[in-house]
Parts: sequence; C-alpha cells; structure tokens
Amino acid sequence: MTANDKKQLMTMACKVRMGVVTGTHAAKAGHPGGSLSAADVFTYLYAKELNVDPANPKWEDRDRFVLSKGHTAPGLYAALAQRGFFPESDLLTLRHIGSHLQGHPNMNLTPGVDMSTGSLGQGISAAAGMALAAKHTGKTARVYALLGDGEIQEGQVWEACMFAAHYKLDNFCIIVDNNGLQIDGRVADVMSPYPIPEKLEAFGFAVKQIDGHDFDQIEAAFAQAKETKGKPFAIVMKTTKGKGVSFMEDNAGWHGKAPNDEEYAKAMAELTAQLAEVEAM
Amino acid sequence: MADVKKIATRDSYGAALKELAAQHDDLIVFDADLAGATKTGVFKSAYPERHFNCGIAEGNMIAVAAGASTMGLVPFASTFAMFAAGRGFEQIRNSIGYPHLNVKIGATHGGISVGEDGASHQCCEDFALMRSIPGMVVMSPSDDVEARAAVKAAYEHDGPVYLRFGRLAVPVIHEEEGFEFQIGKGEVLQDGTDVAIIANGLLVAEAVEAGKALAEAGISARIINMATIKPLDEELVLRAAKECGKIITCEEHSIIGGLGEAVCACVSEKCPVPVRRIGVNDEFGHSGPAVALLKQFGLCAEHIVEVAKEFCGK
Repeated sequence: MTANDKKQLMTMACKVRMGVVTGTHAAKAGHPGGSLSAADVFTYLYAKELNVDPANPKWEDRDRFVLSKGHTAPGLYAALAQRGFFPESDLLTLRHIGSHLQGHPNMNLTPGVDMSTGSLGQGISAAAGMALAAKHTGKTARVYALLGDGEIQEGQVWEACMFAAHYKLDNFCIIVDNNGLQIDGRVADVMSPYPIPEKLEAFGFAVKQIDGHDFDQIEAAFAQAKETKGKPFAIVMKTTKGKGVSFMEDNAGWHGKAPNDEEYAKAMAELTAQLAEVEAM
Repeated sequence: MADVKKIATRDSYGAALKELAAQHDDLIVFDADLAGATKTGVFKSAYPERHFNCGIAEGNMIAVAAGASTMGLVPFASTFAMFAAGRGFEQIRNSIGYPHLNVKIGATHGGISVGEDGASHQCCEDFALMRSIPGMVVMSPSDDVEARAAVKAAYEHDGPVYLRFGRLAVPVIHEEEGFEFQIGKGEVLQDGTDVAIIANGLLVAEAVEAGKALAEAGISARIINMATIKPLDEELVLRAAKECGKIITCEEHSIIGGLGEAVCACVSEKCPVPVRRIGVNDEFGHSGPAVALLKQFGLCAEHIVEVAKEFCGK
C-alpha cells in the first residue's frame, strides 16, 4: 500500500467516523461504539475490497456485504455515503420517520445494503447462503459478513460456521470485530467467547488475527482470504470500541447511546483535528 | 372409503419439487437432516447438486435460504412444521418476512396426525405463528392433487410462502383433470344453505364425509375447502356467512390463531354470524396412532356431524 493510498483510507475513515457521530447525534439514538470500532474495516471494504457499483447497487455480479452485527448500521451507512451510494446529508435522517436509514439495515430501502439484519446471529447464515448460491450459479462474487464479538455468543453463528466449512465456501469471508465489549460489559465477563481464533479454526475456517485499525494488516488479511482455497476465511480483528472519540473509547456505556449536543461538538472537534492531521501527512 | 386412493401430502411435496425442478433451474432445496421424512429426498435423488442438507440446524437453514434467495434462486426449505414454524420463527420473521424474500418453507408433519412421536413433534401452532408475519402466504392443502398444485403456485408466487403438509396418507378428493389452484381462493366442494363448514388440510375430506351424513339428516351443509389461510378468501367466507348464517371451521391446528380465528375475525367485522371452531382445544397432543388421535381430538367427520347437528338445532 502506498503512502498516498493509506492517506486516502485514513481520510475516508475519519469521515466515516464523523458520519457515525453525526447520524447518531441527529437520531438521538443508535450505536456509535461498535460503528467506530469497525469504521476502518468499513472504510477498507467500501474503498478497496468490495466489487460494487454505487450507480447500480443491485448489479447482480457484485460482491456482497452482510452486516451481521446490524446495530452498527451507522458505520455502514456512513461508509456507503462516502462510497457514493447516497448523499452524506441522508445521515442526518438516521432513524427518523420516513428515512431510508432504519435503525438496523433494510435491504429494500437503502441502496447498497445487501441483507436486512439486526437480529444477531442471522446475518452470517444469510451471507453463507449467498456464498453457496454464488458458487452454485458459477458467479465469481465474494461474500463478506461482519460480526460482533458479543454476537458470536449466538449459537446460530456456529451453525453457520459449520455450514460454510462443510460446503467449502472459499468465496466467503467473515470478520469478527473483537472490541471486547458488549452492552452489559466486557465480553469476557458477560459470557466469554474466547479463544475466538481457535474456535473458528476448529469449525473449519482459515483464520487471520489482525489489528483492525491498521490498514496494512487489513489489506494483507483480505488478500490472504482471496488466496485461501477449499475453506472459508475468518479475520479476527482486535479493535477499540468507540475508536477515534476519546471519551467513547473502550467504554461499554457508548454501545447504544447517542451523543448529546455538547458531546457531539467535542467528538466532532476531535475527529476534525484527526482529519486535519491526516490531510497534513 | 376403502376404495379411495390415499396419499400423504408430504409425498406430494417431494413429487412436486422433482417435477418443478425439471422446468426450473433456479429451484433449490434445503433440508435439515429429514430428507427421507419430508420427502425432499425424492428431489435429491433426481437433482443431488440442487439439494443442500443443513444438518440439524434449522435456524441456520432458514437464514441460509433467505441469503440464497437474494442471489436469484428460489429455495424451498424443509423440515417438520414444529422446527420450521416453531424453532425457525424468528429467522422466518426477520430474515425472510421482513425483507419479503422469495423463500418457500415446505413444512411437513404438521398437526397431531404425526401420531406416535407425540406432542413434542405435533405442531398445532404453525398457522398462528406464520399468519402473524406480514406478507406471508400460509397454505394447508387437502390432498395430493391440491398439494402438488400448491407447490407449483408457491414457486410461481413472488414472496415468502409457508406450506404445511401431513405425514398421514389422506384421501385424494380432487380430480387431476382440469384442477386449478389459486393462492387465496377457496373452493366450494358442496353447496348448502343451513351451515357452512370451512376446512383445510386433512379435515377437508372429513368435512366432505360429514356433509353427506348431514344431508341424510336433513341438514344442507356448504362444504368449503380453504387451503389458503392467509390471505383468506374473505369474499367466499362472507358469502357463506350471508347465505348460510352459521359457520363451522375445521383444522388440524389449535383453535387459537388458525383458520377458525381468521374466519371469526373476518365475519365479526364484516358480517357477524355464529361460528363453531373445531380444532385442537388449547392442549397438547400425545402419542398414538394418527387415526385414533384424530378421532380422540374430534378431528373427524363424526364430530363435525355432531357439532353441526347441535348448531342447527337438530
């Protein structure tokens, strides 16, 4: 990755984070914490990885992305807006009556959303079904699903993992956002899903652990996923919940709470400073 | 009825899938380790590359089917009614119903006629669960001819469909020749004016038998086959209400939430007439031979006749 590529990605990631803060502030609700922890991977997916066309969001040979941890829709929406699927100003309508930006993703309302999700554990199954169908119909499309580390407490996630490995879905890549927190506290305290990589390996996945805020590592992991044949691929990324907004970082209280006016101003000031720093690189 | 041909509608389901698959490459089938019992195994023998066993993991199967449908395929997902509508309810609601995806759920072994397996496998709640999902079509065909036609109609319908089939062989009451099936349209099998008997599934053949006995007793019963529970053929129900003044509903399902309540909701708002619901009376089933269980639970012609006579004051 060139320095300029990285600068562009970091710029977009700052803007995605601003979109998350702006959307949840306007909605007076929503889930900023897990949207911010996944902001870098959302950025990489929509800037580099996914073969999609904002002018033709239903293009049938496109790659698919399923946000299995659907509550982090503000992050997905901000990335879709950055990629040009709809105007950034739409983010101000998040969760409002009449908006196409529902509290959780709706594939029939929002351009670029490939599956309606929100009930944890179901998106990964739907994504596996897409990957199976792509193989069955001879499509080269790849399918990606992003899961939370709390979400993988759902038994259905492991049913889907068994299925993906059984049918050798090597066009399928899951990403586990290991920010370590869920609503009620640390995932390790609420109901430990650890060790995550070993469990996924035992279920038949090729696994890569990375720092989910390092674009070089993200790029390398996705490249490895594409080269892996005969089995599905899992990226387990260590992240910081609330990443980029100092007072939200590593704080479970920001799982599902919107910033008030004062918090919004402070968060935007921090992100604006980060953006200026990146642009000066 | 010894000379009447009997076929279980689950067999009709397997046969219809195989037949449809010959014409439609986009039809695929998912099963959850019950292909032998649901009869999707019949399809599998002919089209092994289009049949995907999901193992004993119904929730995953339902959402996998949802995902596959977004890629332009038409998946039929099959298991027993208990594990499709019951265990899979939330996956059906959120991953199929909410996005209104083109998935067909072929649920076999509905009702207490599952028999010896007992209450854990006797699903009498599926109509209620599936009816509550916006945009879901819910069907319970009465015999082999109608079941095969219903599978074809489900394939041709753009949107989610729940199909309930039975384990028990039931009389074939329709002629194949000239039979036409339309989702949401009931069928008058016998005209009458004293009472309307609206049935679905295996109760349709029982209602036809009951109609004959009632005619001998001087009661003119209109026998209606209501294979589609949702959307309900309200026009046919309201005409029956107006012309007969009394309605009996018959279903192999709890009296809560199924055909009986759908008919009650319709007539109470648009043409109030008294209704008697024949079904499973808010209780669990138990083990036993299917036919004996149906008699014990009053899901038989004899009981329909009793209720109709009492209802008509004869």
